[in-house]
Amino acid sequence: MNMFRQRETLLACSIVVLVCLVGLRSPVFVSAASLSNLLTDSTLLIMLALTQMLVIVTRGVDLSVASNLALSGMMASLLASRHPGLPLLAVVLAATAIGLVLGLVNGWLIGYLELPPIVVTLGTMSVYRGLVFVLSGGAWVSSHQMPQAFIAFPLTRLLGVTHLVWIAAAAVLAAWFIARHSRFGRDLYAVGNAPSCARYVGIPMARRLLWTYGLSGAMAGLCGYLWVARYAVAYTEIAYGFEFTVIAACVIGGISIAGGTGSVTGAVLGALFLAVIGNALPVVQVSPFWQSALTGLVILAAVLINARDGKHGGRQILPLHLLQRGAA
Amino acid sequence: MNSSTANMTITHSSRYTILDRPGFRLGALLGKWETLLALLFVAAFLVNGILVPNFLDPYNLADGTFNFSEKALIALPMALLIICREIDISVSGILALCSVALGLANTHGVPPALLLPVALAAGTVCGLLNGVLVTRFALPSIVVTIGTVSLFRGLASVVLGDKAFTGYPQLMADWGQGYFFDVIPREFVVLLAFAAIFAVVLHATRWGRRIYAIGNNPVAARFAGIEVNRYRLVLFMLTGAMAGLAAYLLTGRIGSTRPNIAMGWELEVITMVILGGVSIAGGAGTIGGVLLAVLTLGTVTYGLSLANVPGIYMTIVIGLLLLVTIAVPRLLRGRKVAK
Repeated sequence: MNMFRQRETLLACSIVVLVCLVGLRSPVFVSAASLSNLLTDSTLLIMLALTQMLVIVTRGVDLSVASNLALSGMMASLLASRHPGLPLLAVVLAATAIGLVLGLVNGWLIGYLELPPIVVTLGTMSVYRGLVFVLSGGAWVSSHQMPQAFIAFPLTRLLGVTHLVWIAAAAVLAAWFIARHSRFGRDLYAVGNAPSCARYVGIPMARRLLWTYGLSGAMAGLCGYLWVARYAVAYTEIAYGFEFTVIAACVIGGISIAGGTGSVTGAVLGALFLAVIGNALPVVQVSPFWQSALTGLVILAAVLINARDGKHGGRQILPLHLLQRGAA
Repeated sequence: MNSSTANMTITHSSRYTILDRPGFRLGALLGKWETLLALLFVAAFLVNGILVPNFLDPYNLADGTFNFSEKALIALPMALLIICREIDISVSGILALCSVALGLANTHGVPPALLLPVALAAGTVCGLLNGVLVTRFALPSIVVTIGTVSLFRGLASVVLGDKAFTGYPQLMADWGQGYFFDVIPREFVVLLAFAAIFAVVLHATRWGRRIYAIGNNPVAARFAGIEVNRYRLVLFMLTGAMAGLAAYLLTGRIGSTRPNIAMGWELEVITMVILGGVSIAGGAGTIGGVLLAVLTLGTVTYGLSLANVPGIYMTIVIGLLLLVTIAVPRLLRGRKVAK
């Protein structure tokens, strides 16, 4: 019964209701092709929200994901266009490794130098975005410059769904394992709930933060390749402002910006919710100009609902002497 | 630099001395953030002056102030907010919405003299929404304003659609791109006037001391009888109003309202404030520092643009400047063990 009171259930129900409502208005939206399209569209947001969730759980925030994505994507596409003979796997691994390194820079500054995450990632965000321009010289890398296999991979179908969906599913499983069943993930929750206690119990905070931001960067790198390959173009402004969409997905999914709370399910559902809104508007003939305003309203509503949930506070697990005496 | 500290040992009669105001020490003055910024500013100015021809031309210099004046006007209240442990990501959204409000008012025949109040009112209302959400519902301001930035910008683009507002009255152009005495840009004068007002309020009034108190410890400040939430609400409204003013000047300067107006400004404004030495953890920072950071960034940007360096290289410089300025003091001070 407790399950029905959880915000993840609420969110899942509202997504289903939303999809059904849109489906009533225009049945084409609930066709298999349209839904599979929706799933494919939401994958990049889901994947980035997963690692952003881990970062937010530690009381941090990674504003540099979108710039990181643009830089790794640009480097991957340059690599592929200059060396068409390179196997695809090598390009993907290179993009991920570049993202990882960029993320580790964040992690080192935040973990080992104990600098505030918002300032560090604000800084690296500008630097990475500028580097995209420096590397590309401001030019576009367009589809005819990229090898065919490079572009085809994300949207190729395997057992009926695109590779993007399979990769996202694997990422969700991996994130779920990390967050729920690995010492690394549990440490992150401890760090976010009570940093000083986490330090006293011997959690290597600097190392944990280093690799959390590293993970976020690696995911951004992987998504960088996928983004560039999917839209078959790489330029300086790709994913501009996307960091806020990713954070918004996390916030809608009930991940508290104050740290220590958040689940993989929440991140996935939050991202799905935003993707549903984005894909539903054109179908119900609402002007696409409404999308940003509606997203804002949804974020505010989600924050208000989550704030109401948070009022219950922590669970009392140790007996209170005062209460016992009063009861006796 | 440290030689002056050696002869500053004071003979204590008791174990602790609490000075009203720390005595004058050259070392402390040199170690201050504002001094470093001032040196950086002078260095940037000199390097540009020597390397870039025409940099020191007074007309060029005056024109160079246009590209940071509006942002700096928003950075002033943003500094107060960050000192108060809050943040407002939605400023660029407010600016866009105010500009749209200006366009609507203008097309519906509101007289030019009343356009400034329209912009200020629209900004204040947006700030009020942020402030009410933060104070009434005890929500973190970063989350609220990430939501409202998309709401405000969304509303602006709903009104605008794929059109743009143009045809603004001459009065707005005068303030946006006009000069006093044919040399000093009006926007820059407005900025300096507001910087003076903000500096006095923050550093010489009870309100300012209370803002620091709230930033240092909101709970203690509340127990000390400070109306913490009222201060937060007013600061959000003030930020909104200043964004409205910036919208008035920017719209007047470029003469049109387009959906992408002021895109990404929130991060530039926050960078200015943090580079100015305002602590993101709240409770520390000065208006002088913010103004120096604004001038330094303005000088570097302007020098680079005269040297025909693409604007995007500037983002690398700004980002690196931000990272280096926060990382170096921490590296020098060494690592703390406990939090």
